[in-house]
Amino acid sequence: MNPLFATVRRDLLLALRRKSEVLTAVFFFIIVVSLFPLGIGPEPALLKKIAPGVLWVAALLATLLGLPRMFAADHADGTLEQMALSPSPFGLLVAGKILAHWLVCGLPLVLLAPVLGVQFDLDGEALGVLTFALLLGTPLLSLIGAIGAALTLGVRGGGVLLALLVLPLYVPALIFGAGAVEAHIAGLGAGGHLSLLAAQLALAIFFAPWATTAALRIALE
Amino acid sequence: MQWNSIGEFFAMGGYAFYVWGSFGACLLLMVAEPILARRRLNEVRAGIARALLADSLADELDNGSQ
Amino acid sequence: MNLINWFKFASPQSFYPLAGKMIPWFWALATVFGAAGLWLSFFVAPTDAQQGEGYRIIFVHVPASWLSMFIYLIMAAWAGLGLALNTRLSGMMAQSLAPTGALMALLSLWTGALWGKPMWGTWWVWDARLTSELILFFLYIGFIALQAAIDDPRRADKAGAILALVGVVNIPIIYFSVKWWNTLHQGSSVSLTKSPSMAQTMLWGMLLMALCFWMYSIAVALTRARAIILERERHTEWVKHAVE
Repeated sequence: MNPLFATVRRDLLLALRRKSEVLTAVFFFIIVVSLFPLGIGPEPALLKKIAPGVLWVAALLATLLGLPRMFAADHADGTLEQMALSPSPFGLLVAGKILAHWLVCGLPLVLLAPVLGVQFDLDGEALGVLTFALLLGTPLLSLIGAIGAALTLGVRGGGVLLALLVLPLYVPALIFGAGAVEAHIAGLGAGGHLSLLAAQLALAIFFAPWATTAALRIALE
Repeated sequence: MQWNSIGEFFAMGGYAFYVWGSFGACLLLMVAEPILARRRLNEVRAGIARALLADSLADELDNGSQ
Repeated sequence: MNLINWFKFASPQSFYPLAGKMIPWFWALATVFGAAGLWLSFFVAPTDAQQGEGYRIIFVHVPASWLSMFIYLIMAAWAGLGLALNTRLSGMMAQSLAPTGALMALLSLWTGALWGKPMWGTWWVWDARLTSELILFFLYIGFIALQAAIDDPRRADKAGAILALVGVVNIPIIYFSVKWWNTLHQGSSVSLTKSPSMAQTMLWGMLLMALCFWMYSIAVALTRARAIILERERHTEWVKHAVE
Protein backbone atom coordinates (compact mmCIF):
# COMPACT_ATOMS: atom_id res chain seq x y z
CA MET A 1 0.00 0.00 0.00
CA ASN A 2 1.10 3.56 -0.60
CA PRO A 3 2.97 4.70 2.55
CA LEU A 4 1.02 7.97 2.63
CA PHE A 5 -2.36 6.27 2.83
CA ALA A 6 -1.05 3.59 5.15
CA THR A 7 -0.06 6.34 7.61
CA VAL A 8 -3.42 8.08 7.23
CA ARG A 9 -5.28 4.81 7.81
CA ARG A 10 -3.21 3.98 10.87
CA ASP A 11 -3.69 7.43 12.43
CA LEU A 12 -7.41 7.38 11.73
CA LEU A 13 -7.72 3.96 13.39
CA LEU A 14 -5.82 5.27 16.40
CA ALA A 15 -8.07 8.33 16.53
CA LEU A 16 -11.16 6.11 16.46
CA ARG A 17 -9.89 4.31 19.54
CA ARG A 18 -9.52 7.60 21.39
CA LYS A 19 -12.79 9.20 20.38
CA SER A 20 -13.01 11.47 23.41
CA GLU A 21 -9.95 13.46 22.32
CA VAL A 22 -11.44 14.17 18.91
CA LEU A 23 -14.81 15.05 20.37
CA THR A 24 -13.21 17.41 22.90
CA ALA A 25 -11.88 19.66 20.12
CA VAL A 26 -15.20 19.60 18.29
CA PHE A 27 -17.19 20.51 21.39
CA PHE A 28 -14.65 23.18 22.24
CA PHE A 29 -15.36 24.73 18.85
CA ILE A 30 -19.12 24.59 19.39
CA ILE A 31 -18.94 26.02 22.92
CA VAL A 32 -16.57 28.87 22.06
CA VAL A 33 -18.75 29.91 19.12
CA SER A 34 -21.89 29.76 21.26
CA LEU A 35 -20.35 31.88 24.00
CA PHE A 36 -19.98 34.96 21.79
CA PRO A 37 -23.68 35.81 21.45
CA LEU A 38 -23.97 35.40 25.23
CA GLY A 39 -21.13 37.86 25.74
CA ILE A 40 -22.08 40.35 23.08
CA GLY A 41 -25.86 40.25 22.88
CA PRO A 42 -28.42 38.65 20.56
CA GLU A 43 -28.90 41.41 17.97
CA PRO A 44 -28.97 39.65 14.57
CA ALA A 45 -27.26 42.49 12.65
CA LEU A 46 -24.31 42.57 15.03
CA LEU A 47 -24.02 38.78 15.14
CA LYS A 48 -24.05 38.59 11.37
CA LYS A 49 -21.20 41.08 11.26
CA ILE A 50 -18.98 39.25 13.72
CA ALA A 51 -19.88 35.70 12.58
CA PRO A 52 -16.99 35.12 10.13
CA GLY A 53 -14.39 36.36 12.60
CA VAL A 54 -15.83 34.42 15.54
CA LEU A 55 -16.08 31.15 13.60
CA TRP A 56 -12.58 31.52 12.22
CA VAL A 57 -10.94 32.40 15.53
CA ALA A 58 -12.75 29.49 17.18
CA ALA A 59 -11.53 27.20 14.37
CA LEU A 60 -7.92 28.41 14.91
CA LEU A 61 -8.13 27.63 18.61
CA ALA A 62 -9.84 24.27 18.09
CA THR A 63 -7.13 23.13 15.64
CA LEU A 64 -4.53 24.28 18.11
CA LEU A 65 -5.95 21.88 20.72
CA GLY A 66 -5.14 18.81 18.65
CA LEU A 67 -1.67 19.90 17.53
CA PRO A 68 0.42 18.80 20.55
CA ARG A 69 -0.90 15.25 20.06
CA MET A 70 0.09 15.13 16.40
CA PHE A 71 3.53 13.61 17.03
CA ALA A 72 3.68 13.22 20.82
CA ALA A 73 2.40 9.63 21.17
CA ASP A 74 4.51 8.35 18.29
CA HIS A 75 7.52 10.14 19.71
CA ALA A 76 6.97 8.63 23.16
CA ASP A 77 6.73 4.99 22.00
CA GLY A 78 9.52 5.25 19.41
CA THR A 79 7.29 4.85 16.35
CA LEU A 80 8.45 8.21 15.02
CA GLU A 81 12.07 7.09 15.11
CA GLN A 82 11.17 3.93 13.20
CA MET A 83 9.35 6.09 10.63
CA ALA A 84 12.43 8.29 10.21
CA LEU A 85 14.57 5.20 9.62
CA SER A 86 12.10 3.37 7.41
CA PRO A 87 12.81 2.93 3.67
CA SER A 88 9.77 4.96 2.62
CA PRO A 89 10.46 8.71 2.48
CA PHE A 90 9.96 10.30 5.89
CA GLY A 91 8.39 13.38 4.31
CA LEU A 92 5.62 11.27 2.83
CA LEU A 93 4.85 9.67 6.19
CA VAL A 94 4.81 13.09 7.85
CA ALA A 95 2.46 14.36 5.14
CA GLY A 96 0.21 11.38 5.94
CA LYS A 97 0.16 12.32 9.62
CA ILE A 98 -0.73 15.93 8.74
CA LEU A 99 -3.52 14.75 6.45
CA ALA A 100 -4.85 12.49 9.20
CA HIS A 101 -4.76 15.41 11.65
CA TRP A 102 -6.82 17.48 9.26
CA LEU A 103 -9.34 14.66 8.74
CA VAL A 104 -9.73 14.28 12.50
CA CYS A 105 -9.48 17.90 13.71
CA GLY A 106 -10.18 20.06 10.66
CA LEU A 107 -12.88 18.37 8.64
CA PRO A 108 -15.42 18.13 11.52
CA LEU A 109 -15.12 21.91 11.95
CA VAL A 110 -15.83 22.45 8.25
CA LEU A 111 -18.91 20.26 8.49
CA LEU A 112 -20.15 21.93 11.66
CA ALA A 113 -19.54 25.51 10.51
CA PRO A 114 -22.77 25.90 8.47
CA VAL A 115 -24.84 24.68 11.43
CA LEU A 116 -23.17 27.16 13.76
CA GLY A 117 -23.36 29.88 11.13
CA VAL A 118 -27.14 29.63 11.22
CA GLN A 119 -27.00 30.71 14.87
CA PHE A 120 -25.41 33.91 13.64
CA ASP A 121 -28.10 34.68 11.09
CA LEU A 122 -25.93 34.00 8.03
CA ASP A 123 -27.90 33.30 4.87
CA GLY A 124 -27.46 30.28 2.59
CA GLU A 125 -24.87 31.68 0.23
CA ALA A 126 -22.77 33.19 3.03
CA LEU A 127 -22.82 29.80 4.72
CA GLY A 128 -21.56 28.25 1.50
CA VAL A 129 -18.69 30.74 1.28
CA LEU A 130 -17.86 30.18 4.94
CA THR A 131 -17.76 26.42 4.52
CA PHE A 132 -15.67 26.61 1.37
CA ALA A 133 -13.23 29.07 2.99
CA LEU A 134 -12.85 26.71 5.95
CA LEU A 135 -12.38 23.80 3.58
CA LEU A 136 -9.42 25.63 2.05
CA GLY A 137 -8.23 27.12 5.33
CA THR A 138 -8.28 24.26 7.84
CA PRO A 139 -5.73 22.14 5.91
CA LEU A 140 -3.53 25.25 5.89
CA LEU A 141 -3.89 25.45 9.68
CA SER A 142 -2.91 21.78 10.03
CA LEU A 143 0.11 22.24 7.75
CA ILE A 144 1.46 25.33 9.54
CA GLY A 145 0.57 23.85 12.91
CA ALA A 146 2.55 20.70 12.11
CA ILE A 147 5.77 22.76 11.90
CA GLY A 148 5.08 24.19 15.35
CA ALA A 149 4.17 20.76 16.75
CA ALA A 150 7.42 19.30 15.42
CA LEU A 151 9.52 22.18 16.78
CA THR A 152 8.04 21.91 20.27
CA LEU A 153 8.10 18.10 20.40
CA GLY A 154 9.26 17.01 23.85
CA VAL A 155 10.03 20.58 24.89
CA ARG A 156 9.23 22.05 28.32
CA GLY A 157 5.87 23.87 28.35
CA GLY A 158 5.25 22.66 24.80
CA GLY A 159 1.53 23.42 24.63
CA VAL A 160 1.64 27.13 25.44
CA LEU A 161 4.82 27.59 23.44
CA LEU A 162 3.15 25.96 20.46
CA ALA A 163 0.33 28.51 20.60
CA LEU A 164 2.88 31.33 20.80
CA LEU A 165 4.75 30.06 17.74
CA VAL A 166 1.81 29.11 15.57
CA LEU A 167 -0.84 31.77 16.17
CA PRO A 168 1.09 34.68 14.58
CA LEU A 169 1.63 32.51 11.51
CA TYR A 170 -2.13 31.88 11.33
CA VAL A 171 -2.83 35.59 10.75
CA PRO A 172 -2.98 35.49 6.92
CA ALA A 173 -5.30 32.46 6.96
CA LEU A 174 -7.58 34.25 9.41
CA ILE A 175 -7.61 37.47 7.39
CA PHE A 176 -8.40 35.86 4.05
CA GLY A 177 -10.73 33.23 5.47
CA ALA A 178 -12.90 35.56 7.51
CA GLY A 179 -12.47 38.26 4.86
CA ALA A 180 -13.98 36.01 2.19
CA VAL A 181 -17.27 35.78 4.08
CA GLU A 182 -17.27 39.47 4.97
CA ALA A 183 -16.58 40.45 1.37
CA HIS A 184 -19.41 38.21 0.24
CA ILE A 185 -21.84 39.75 2.74
CA ALA A 186 -20.73 43.24 1.67
CA GLY A 187 -21.48 42.26 -1.93
CA LEU A 188 -17.87 42.50 -3.10
CA GLY A 189 -17.50 38.85 -4.07
CA ALA A 190 -15.32 36.35 -2.26
CA GLY A 191 -13.27 35.21 -5.27
CA GLY A 192 -10.12 37.21 -4.53
CA HIS A 193 -9.95 36.13 -0.92
CA LEU A 194 -10.59 32.50 -1.75
CA SER A 195 -7.95 32.36 -4.47
CA LEU A 196 -5.37 33.92 -2.15
CA LEU A 197 -6.30 31.37 0.49
CA ALA A 198 -5.85 28.61 -2.09
CA ALA A 199 -2.48 30.07 -3.10
CA GLN A 200 -1.34 29.95 0.51
CA LEU A 201 -2.54 26.39 0.78
CA ALA A 202 -0.54 25.43 -2.31
CA LEU A 203 2.55 27.10 -0.88
CA ALA A 204 2.07 25.38 2.47
CA ILE A 205 1.55 21.94 0.87
CA PHE A 206 4.88 22.44 -0.82
CA PHE A 207 6.90 23.81 2.12
CA ALA A 208 5.30 22.72 5.38
CA PRO A 209 5.92 18.92 5.19
CA TRP A 210 9.54 19.67 4.33
CA ALA A 211 9.99 22.06 7.27
CA THR A 212 8.12 19.66 9.58
CA THR A 213 10.37 16.77 8.54
CA ALA A 214 13.48 18.87 9.18
CA ALA A 215 12.16 19.89 12.61
CA LEU A 216 11.29 16.27 13.49
CA ARG A 217 14.77 15.08 12.54
CA ILE A 218 16.22 17.71 14.89
CA ALA A 219 13.92 16.55 17.69
CA LEU A 220 14.92 12.91 17.10
CA GLU A 221 18.68 13.54 17.11
CA MET B 1 17.55 77.32 14.35
CA GLN B 2 13.92 77.49 15.28
CA TRP B 3 14.22 77.59 19.08
CA ASN B 4 14.29 80.95 20.82
CA SER B 5 14.81 79.60 24.33
CA ILE B 6 15.57 76.40 26.19
CA GLY B 7 12.00 76.35 27.50
CA GLU B 8 10.63 76.45 23.99
CA PHE B 9 12.90 73.56 23.03
CA PHE B 10 11.63 71.40 25.87
CA ALA B 11 8.02 72.37 25.21
CA MET B 12 8.31 71.02 21.63
CA GLY B 13 5.45 73.18 20.46
CA GLY B 14 3.04 71.49 22.87
CA TYR B 15 4.07 67.97 21.90
CA ALA B 16 6.59 67.63 24.73
CA PHE B 17 5.01 64.52 26.25
CA TYR B 18 4.89 62.61 22.97
CA VAL B 19 8.29 63.66 21.60
CA TRP B 20 10.19 63.26 24.86
CA GLY B 21 8.22 60.11 25.66
CA SER B 22 9.46 58.58 22.41
CA PHE B 23 13.06 59.73 22.62
CA GLY B 24 13.17 59.03 26.34
CA ALA B 25 11.94 55.44 25.92
CA CYS B 26 14.54 54.85 23.20
CA LEU B 27 17.30 56.29 25.35
CA LEU B 28 16.23 54.32 28.42
CA LEU B 29 15.99 50.95 26.67
CA MET B 30 19.08 51.54 24.55
CA VAL B 31 21.09 52.27 27.69
CA ALA B 32 19.60 49.39 29.67
CA GLU B 33 20.11 46.71 27.01
CA PRO B 34 23.90 47.13 26.61
CA ILE B 35 24.30 47.23 30.40
CA LEU B 36 22.38 43.95 30.73
CA ALA B 37 24.37 42.35 27.89
CA ARG B 38 27.63 43.54 29.42
CA ARG B 39 26.61 42.25 32.85
CA ARG B 40 25.80 38.86 31.36
CA LEU B 41 29.27 38.72 29.80
CA ASN B 42 30.96 39.74 33.04
CA GLU B 43 28.99 37.17 35.01
CA VAL B 44 30.01 34.33 32.70
CA ARG B 45 33.61 35.51 32.85
CA ALA B 46 33.55 35.70 36.65
CA GLY B 47 31.97 32.24 36.85
CA ILE B 48 34.68 30.72 34.66
CA ALA B 49 37.42 32.52 36.59
CA ARG B 50 35.99 31.20 39.87
CA ALA B 51 35.92 27.65 38.51
CA LEU B 52 39.54 28.00 37.36
CA LEU B 53 40.61 29.33 40.74
CA ALA B 54 38.83 26.48 42.49
CA ASP B 55 40.59 24.00 40.22
CA SER B 56 44.03 25.47 40.83
CA LEU B 57 43.43 25.60 44.59
CA ALA B 58 42.33 21.97 44.55
CA ASP B 59 45.48 21.09 42.64
CA GLU B 60 47.65 22.90 45.17
CA LEU B 61 45.96 21.11 48.07
CA ASP B 62 46.51 17.79 46.34
CA ASN B 63 50.17 18.58 45.80
CA GLY B 64 50.60 19.79 49.40
CA SER B 65 49.18 16.61 50.91
CA GLN B 66 51.48 14.37 48.95
CA MET C 1 40.60 36.65 0.73
CA ASN C 2 40.03 32.93 0.49
CA LEU C 3 37.33 30.71 1.86
CA ILE C 4 39.52 29.16 4.55
CA ASN C 5 40.02 32.51 6.20
CA TRP C 6 36.29 32.98 6.58
CA PHE C 7 35.92 29.58 8.18
CA LYS C 8 38.68 30.45 10.56
CA PHE C 9 36.73 33.46 11.84
CA ALA C 10 33.58 31.39 11.93
CA SER C 11 34.96 29.40 14.84
CA PRO C 12 33.86 30.80 18.21
CA GLN C 13 37.44 30.61 19.40
CA SER C 14 38.75 33.19 16.94
CA PHE C 15 35.51 35.16 16.79
CA TYR C 16 35.49 35.87 20.52
CA PRO C 17 38.61 38.11 20.57
CA LEU C 18 37.74 39.59 17.17
CA ALA C 19 34.30 40.67 18.44
CA GLY C 20 35.97 42.13 21.52
CA LYS C 21 38.14 44.31 19.31
CA MET C 22 35.26 45.37 17.07
CA ILE C 23 32.74 46.35 19.75
CA PRO C 24 34.37 49.69 20.76
CA TRP C 25 34.49 50.75 17.11
CA PHE C 26 30.80 50.11 16.63
CA TRP C 27 30.07 52.05 19.81
CA ALA C 28 32.13 54.94 18.47
CA LEU C 29 30.28 54.88 15.15
CA ALA C 30 26.91 54.69 16.91
CA THR C 31 27.83 57.72 19.04
CA VAL C 32 29.00 59.79 16.07
CA PHE C 33 25.97 58.95 13.93
CA GLY C 34 23.67 59.44 16.90
CA ALA C 35 25.08 62.87 17.75
CA ALA C 36 24.87 64.03 14.15
CA GLY C 37 21.39 62.54 13.73
CA LEU C 38 20.05 64.14 16.91
CA TRP C 39 21.53 67.49 15.98
CA LEU C 40 19.88 67.32 12.55
CA SER C 41 16.57 66.11 13.95
CA PHE C 42 16.26 68.76 16.66
CA PHE C 43 18.16 71.79 15.39
CA VAL C 44 18.31 71.67 11.61
CA ALA C 45 15.13 69.94 10.45
CA PRO C 46 12.38 72.58 10.14
CA THR C 47 9.01 72.45 11.88
CA ASP C 48 6.49 70.45 9.89
CA ALA C 49 3.67 72.52 8.43
CA GLN C 50 0.92 70.08 9.43
CA GLN C 51 2.24 68.19 12.41
CA GLY C 52 4.24 70.93 14.15
CA GLU C 53 7.04 69.64 16.35
CA GLY C 54 5.23 66.35 16.94
CA TYR C 55 6.57 64.85 13.75
CA ARG C 56 10.08 64.72 15.26
CA ILE C 57 9.12 61.28 16.60
CA ILE C 58 9.80 60.10 13.05
CA PHE C 59 13.54 60.28 13.78
CA VAL C 60 13.33 57.37 16.20
CA HIS C 61 10.19 55.64 14.96
CA VAL C 62 11.33 54.93 11.42
CA PRO C 63 14.86 53.74 12.33
CA ALA C 64 13.40 51.40 14.98
CA SER C 65 10.91 49.96 12.46
CA TRP C 66 13.58 49.52 9.79
CA LEU C 67 15.96 47.82 12.18
CA SER C 68 13.27 45.51 13.58
CA MET C 69 12.63 44.18 10.07
CA PHE C 70 16.27 44.20 9.01
CA ILE C 71 17.43 42.32 12.11
CA TYR C 72 14.87 39.58 11.46
CA LEU C 73 16.28 39.16 7.95
CA ILE C 74 19.85 38.99 9.24
CA MET C 75 18.75 36.54 11.93
CA ALA C 76 17.12 34.33 9.31
CA ALA C 77 20.24 34.59 7.12
CA TRP C 78 22.43 33.39 10.01
CA ALA C 79 19.89 30.65 10.68
CA GLY C 80 19.97 29.48 7.07
CA LEU C 81 23.75 29.55 7.08
CA GLY C 82 23.80 27.51 10.26
CA LEU C 83 21.50 24.86 8.80
CA ALA C 84 23.38 24.71 5.50
CA LEU C 85 26.99 24.73 6.74
CA ASN C 86 26.44 23.47 10.29
CA THR C 87 28.66 26.17 11.80
CA ARG C 88 28.42 26.69 15.54
CA LEU C 89 28.73 30.46 15.36
CA SER C 90 25.62 30.98 13.21
CA GLY C 91 23.20 29.81 15.86
CA MET C 92 24.93 31.94 18.48
CA MET C 93 24.64 35.01 16.25
CA ALA C 94 20.95 34.39 15.58
CA GLN C 95 20.35 33.96 19.29
CA SER C 96 22.21 37.15 20.18
CA LEU C 97 20.33 39.20 17.57
CA ALA C 98 16.81 38.20 18.64
CA PRO C 99 16.47 40.30 21.84
CA THR C 100 17.75 43.41 20.05
CA GLY C 101 15.27 42.83 17.24
CA ALA C 102 12.45 42.43 19.74
CA LEU C 103 13.56 45.65 21.45
CA MET C 104 13.46 47.51 18.14
CA ALA C 105 9.96 46.19 17.39
CA LEU C 106 8.86 47.26 20.87
CA LEU C 107 10.34 50.75 20.41
CA SER C 108 8.66 51.02 17.04
CA LEU C 109 5.28 50.17 18.60
CA TRP C 110 5.82 52.50 21.55
CA THR C 111 6.86 55.49 19.45
CA GLY C 112 4.10 54.69 16.96
CA ALA C 113 1.53 54.88 19.75
CA LEU C 114 2.98 58.15 21.03
CA TRP C 115 2.83 59.56 17.55
CA GLY C 116 -0.67 58.29 16.88
CA LYS C 117 -2.16 59.95 19.96
CA PRO C 118 -1.59 63.60 18.94
CA MET C 119 -1.96 62.98 15.18
CA TRP C 120 -4.93 60.60 15.02
CA GLY C 121 -6.33 61.21 18.49
CA THR C 122 -5.85 57.60 19.55
CA TRP C 123 -3.00 55.52 20.97
CA TRP C 124 -3.54 52.64 18.64
CA VAL C 125 -4.95 52.31 15.16
CA TRP C 126 -5.08 49.04 13.25
CA ASP C 127 -2.88 50.55 10.61
CA ALA C 128 -1.19 48.03 8.30
CA ARG C 129 2.31 48.99 9.44
CA LEU C 130 1.55 48.99 13.15
CA THR C 131 -0.30 45.68 12.90
CA SER C 132 2.51 43.95 11.00
CA GLU C 133 5.00 45.37 13.46
CA LEU C 134 2.96 43.85 16.29
CA ILE C 135 2.99 40.44 14.60
CA LEU C 136 6.73 40.77 13.98
CA PHE C 137 7.13 41.41 17.71
CA PHE C 138 5.18 38.18 18.40
CA LEU C 139 7.47 36.30 16.01
CA TYR C 140 10.54 37.53 17.91
CA ILE C 141 8.98 36.52 21.22
CA GLY C 142 8.20 33.07 19.80
CA PHE C 143 11.80 32.66 18.63
CA ILE C 144 13.22 33.69 22.00
CA ALA C 145 10.74 31.49 23.90
CA LEU C 146 11.49 28.44 21.74
CA GLN C 147 15.23 28.80 22.23
CA ALA C 148 14.81 29.35 25.96
CA ALA C 149 12.65 26.21 26.28
CA ILE C 150 15.19 23.85 24.70
CA ASP C 151 18.09 22.90 26.97
CA ASP C 152 20.44 21.38 24.41
CA PRO C 153 22.03 24.40 22.65
CA ARG C 154 22.60 22.55 19.37
CA ARG C 155 18.96 21.54 19.15
CA ALA C 156 17.86 25.04 20.23
CA ASP C 157 19.93 26.53 17.41
CA LYS C 158 18.51 24.26 14.75
CA ALA C 159 14.90 24.51 15.93
CA GLY C 160 15.26 28.30 16.13
CA ALA C 161 16.75 28.33 12.65
CA ILE C 162 13.77 26.50 11.17
CA LEU C 163 11.38 28.85 12.98
CA ALA C 164 13.26 31.91 11.73
CA LEU C 165 13.17 30.63 8.15
CA VAL C 166 9.46 29.81 8.38
CA GLY C 167 8.96 33.32 9.78
CA VAL C 168 10.87 34.95 6.97
CA VAL C 169 8.77 33.15 4.35
CA ASN C 170 5.65 34.28 6.19
CA ILE C 171 6.54 37.93 6.83
CA PRO C 172 5.75 39.12 3.28
CA ILE C 173 2.52 37.10 3.31
CA ILE C 174 1.57 38.57 6.69
CA TYR C 175 2.40 42.11 5.59
CA PHE C 176 0.45 41.71 2.37
CA SER C 177 -2.55 40.17 4.10
CA VAL C 178 -2.64 42.89 6.77
CA LYS C 179 -2.44 45.55 4.07
CA TRP C 180 -5.26 43.92 2.13
CA TRP C 181 -7.33 43.65 5.29
CA ASN C 182 -6.65 47.28 6.13
CA THR C 183 -7.74 48.63 2.76
CA LEU C 184 -10.85 46.45 2.81
CA HIS C 185 -11.89 47.86 6.16
CA GLN C 186 -11.03 51.45 5.31
CA GLY C 187 -9.57 52.12 8.73
CA SER C 188 -7.09 54.92 8.98
CA SER C 189 -5.33 55.05 5.67
CA VAL C 190 -2.99 57.72 6.97
CA SER C 191 0.52 56.47 6.53
CA LEU C 192 2.97 57.29 9.27
CA THR C 193 5.90 58.00 7.04
CA LYS C 194 4.20 59.69 4.13
CA SER C 195 4.72 63.36 4.73
CA PRO C 196 3.60 65.51 1.80
CA SER C 197 6.78 67.54 1.75
CA MET C 198 9.57 65.51 3.19
CA ALA C 199 12.40 68.00 3.48
CA GLN C 200 15.85 66.87 2.50
CA THR C 201 17.18 67.51 6.00
CA MET C 202 14.46 65.28 7.49
CA LEU C 203 15.56 62.46 5.25
CA TRP C 204 19.18 62.93 6.27
CA GLY C 205 18.26 63.03 9.92
CA MET C 206 16.32 59.80 9.54
CA LEU C 207 19.19 58.12 7.70
CA LEU C 208 21.76 59.16 10.31
CA MET C 209 19.56 57.96 13.14
CA ALA C 210 19.01 54.66 11.30
CA LEU C 211 22.80 54.27 10.96
CA CYS C 212 23.15 54.99 14.68
CA PHE C 213 20.55 52.33 15.54
CA TRP C 214 22.25 49.92 13.18
CA MET C 215 25.70 50.34 14.72
CA TYR C 216 24.15 50.13 18.18
CA SER C 217 22.47 46.84 17.27
CA ILE C 218 25.74 45.37 16.01
CA ALA C 219 27.60 46.45 19.15
CA VAL C 220 24.98 44.99 21.52
CA ALA C 221 24.56 41.79 19.51
CA LEU C 222 28.33 41.25 19.49
CA THR C 223 28.51 41.75 23.26
CA ARG C 224 25.72 39.23 23.73
CA ALA C 225 27.36 36.86 21.26
CA ARG C 226 30.56 36.94 23.34
CA ALA C 227 28.60 36.05 26.46
CA ILE C 228 26.84 33.20 24.65
CA ILE C 229 30.15 31.89 23.27
CA LEU C 230 31.65 31.76 26.76
CA GLU C 231 28.51 30.18 28.25
CA ARG C 232 28.53 27.39 25.72
CA GLU C 233 32.27 26.78 25.49
CA ARG C 234 33.12 27.27 29.14
CA HIS C 235 34.63 23.80 29.48
CA THR C 236 37.04 24.12 26.56
CA GLU C 237 40.74 24.83 26.90
CA TRP C 238 40.73 28.08 24.90
CA VAL C 239 38.11 29.69 27.12
CA LYS C 240 40.35 29.13 30.14
CA HIS C 241 43.14 31.02 28.42
CA ALA C 242 40.82 33.74 27.14
CA VAL C 243 39.50 34.49 30.62
CA GLU C 244 42.82 34.40 32.43
